[in-house]
Amino acid sequence: MVALVKHVPDVQSARSFTAEHRLVRGGPDDSLNELDEDCLEAALHLVEATPTSSGQDDDESGDGARPTRTHRVTALTVGPPAAVGALRRALAMGATDAVHVSDEAVAGSDAVATARVVAAAVDHLHAQHPVDLVLAGMAALDGLGSLVPSAVAALLGWPQLTLADRVQVEPGSPGSPGGAVTVRRTTAHHVEELRAPLPAVVSVTDQAFRPRSPSLKGLLAARRTPVDVIGLADLGLAASTAGAAGSTTRVLDVQPRPELADQVRLVAGQDGRDVAAELADLLVERGF
Amino acid sequence: MGAVVVLVDHRDPRWRGSAAPLLALAHELGGRQGWSVDAVWVGPGHDEEVATWVASTGPVVQHVVQVDGADPQLPASLGCALRAVADDAAARLVLVPSTFEGREVAGQLAALTGSGVVVGASSVVVEDGLVVAGKAVLAGSWRTRCAVTSPLAVVALDVHAAAAASPATPPGTGEAEVRRHRVQAPAAASAVQVLVRAARPVTERPSLAEAEVVVVGGRGTGGDFSGVEDLADALGGAVGATRVATDEGWAPHALQVGQTGVTISPRLYVGAGVSGAVHHRGGMAASATVVAVNTDPDAPIFEVADVAVVADVRTLLPALAAEVRSRRHRSG
Ligand SMILES: Cc1cc2nc3c(=O)[nH]c(=O)nc-3n(C[C@H](O)[C@H](O)[C@H](O)COP(=O)(O)OP(=O)(O)OC[C@H]3O[C@@H](n4cnc5c(N)ncnc54)[C@H](O)[C@@H]3O)c2cc1C
Repeated sequence: MVALVKHVPDVQSARSFTAEHRLVRGGPDDSLNELDEDCLEAALHLVEATPTSSGQDDDESGDGARPTRTHRVTALTVGPPAAVGALRRALAMGATDAVHVSDEAVAGSDAVATARVVAAAVDHLHAQHPVDLVLAGMAALDGLGSLVPSAVAALLGWPQLTLADRVQVEPGSPGSPGGAVTVRRTTAHHVEELRAPLPAVVSVTDQAFRPRSPSLKGLLAARRTPVDVIGLADLGLAASTAGAAGSTTRVLDVQPRPELADQVRLVAGQDGRDVAAELADLLVERGF
Repeated sequence: MGAVVVLVDHRDPRWRGSAAPLLALAHELGGRQGWSVDAVWVGPGHDEEVATWVASTGPVVQHVVQVDGADPQLPASLGCALRAVADDAAARLVLVPSTFEGREVAGQLAALTGSGVVVGASSVVVEDGLVVAGKAVLAGSWRTRCAVTSPLAVVALDVHAAAAASPATPPGTGEAEVRRHRVQAPAAASAVQVLVRAARPVTERPSLAEAEVVVVGGRGTGGDFSGVEDLADALGGAVGATRVATDEGWAPHALQVGQTGVTISPRLYVGAGVSGAVHHRGGMAASATVVAVNTDPDAPIFEVADVAVVADVRTLLPALAAEVRSRRHRSG
C-alpha cells in the first residue's frame, strides 16, 4: 500500500506567501498534514488485518508489531527537502518504507502537475512491488483542494473510491483474483457503498480511523529507516512536466483579507435580553 | 468562438439550486466573451420538465450524455462525459459546483485533459484572454487570483458566490438545441460497483450547503441545541455545528461546518458559542455577514465577525429568536 503524505505549514501559525505567490514553507512548526495521519492509519490497519503468507516474512527488524515486507506500507511524499519531516512521522507511526520525490523542478507545481508526479511515482513503485492501494487523506490543510487523489486515479487509470469513512479489503478470490476494496462514503445527499477490484485509489475522511500515536519502537525505527530519495529523471519525467513549467495555473496576486471596517460590538448585561432586541433590529435592517 | 460548459449536477434532488447560479454566471461571462453557453446533463432523467427549465436559464445547447458501462454519477464517468462535451463545444471553460464531489469531477477532468483547474473559486472572469478565478485561502485570511493558461479551464465554483455575482436569472429564449451523446466509460469507472446508494434523510430545514442563513452551535451551547434550532427556524435557516459539538454527539456529523465538514457561504452566519478555530473558519470564511455570540470578549471568531456579541448563548439565543419572530410577525 502506498500512503500519500504531505508536509504542510502549521495551520495555527501565521501562514503567508512569498513574492512569487507561493505559500511560505519550511517553518519550524511545519508538520505532517494531520489528515494524512488518517490515511496512514487506514493503510496500517488494513495491512495488519490482512494475513501474511507464510515463508515470505522477511521483516529484518524482527519486530512483530510492524507490518512485514510482504505487506508494505510505503509513505510517499512529493516536496522540498524539509518534507522529509512528514515521512519521518509516517515511519514513526509504522510505515515500512518512505519515498521522497525531491527535485528542484517540482517547486511551484499546481494540483495537476503534482498529481502527475505522484502518479509517476506510484507507477515506479508498482513496477518494483505491486501496489494494491493508494491511500490519501481527504484534504491537505494548506490548499484544501481535495482533488489530487481524483486526478491521480485518472492518470493511473485506476478506480477511485474517495472520501471513505469505512474501508475494507478482501484478498484475492476466484471471482477477483487481485482482491477488492469496499468503501462507504457519505456525499451531500447520499450514503454509498462502492466496491472495486485492486489496485485502486482511496481517500479517507477524518471519521474513518483514529490515528495511532507513534510508539517508542516506531520513533527509533523512524530514525534508522532510510528514506528513498528520487528525482523526476528516475520517474522518467521531463523537468518541463512539473513545477511552474508543467503547471497550467498561475497565481496572479495574493492579498491579505481586508480588515473589517465597521464591526458592530454588542455587550450583554446580566440576562442578555437587552442586546437581543438590538441584534434583531440589526438583522432586520440588513434584510434577514 | 468558444463555449462555457456548465454541469447540471443532479445527484442532488434540489439540483436547480446549484445549476441556476452557475448558468446565470456562465450566461453573463459568455455574453461578454462571445462564448456560447452549453449545459450538460449526464445520465438518465433528462425529461421534458428538465429540458424546459434548463432552456429557460439561457443556454444555447443542452447536451445529454449517456455513459455506457458504468454508473453515471461516479466522478470518472462525469469527468469523461464532460470531456466529450468540452470537445464537441470547443469549450474554453467548464464550470462545476465546488462540493466535495464536484471537486473530484474537476480533478478527473483536469487530469484527463491536462487542463488547469481551480476549486473553491468565488469568482470567474476573463482577463487578457485568460480565465481568472478568485478564491479565499488559508481559512479566509488571504485572497488570491489565479489564471488558467491551458486552452480549457476547469473551475469548481462556490454556488453562493456565483449567485451573489449574477443574481438575476437571465431571460432564456426558452429554446435550446438538445444534443445527445453516448460515451464509453473508462475501464476504471466500469470496474466500480455501486452496492448501495441510499438517500440521506431530508429534514424540514433547508440543506446546510445551500441555506442562506446558517446558525452554528459550538461547545459554548453546553450540549443544548434547542436555542440554535429555535433561532435557525425563526430565521428560516439551517443548523450547523462545530466539530466539538458533533464529536460530543450534540448534532449529527453531517452538520459539521469546517474544513473537514461542509463548506458554507450563506448570506448570514450566526456562530453561537463557537471559538473560531482555524479548522472551523476554513469552512465558513466565505459567509457574507458573520454574527458571533461568545462570552469571551477575545474569542478569535470576533476577528472575522461583522457583529460581535459578547453574551451567554443560553440566554441570548431564545431571546433573539423571540425578537426575530415578533418582528416578522409584525411585518408579515
Ligand atoms: C484535522 C482537524 C480538522 C478539524 N476540522 C474541523 C471542522 O471541520 N470544523 C470544526 O468546527 N472544527 C474542526 N476541527 C476542530 C477545531 O480545531 C476546534 O477544536 C473546534 O472548531 C472548536 O469547536 P468550538 O468552537 O465549538 O469549541 P471551543 O473551541 O471549545 O470553543 C467554545 C467557545 O464557546 C465559548 N463559550 C463557552 N460557554 C459559552 C456560553 N455560555 N455562551 C457563549 N459562548 C460560550 C467559549 O468562550 C469558546 O470560545 C478540526 C481539528 C483538526 C485537528
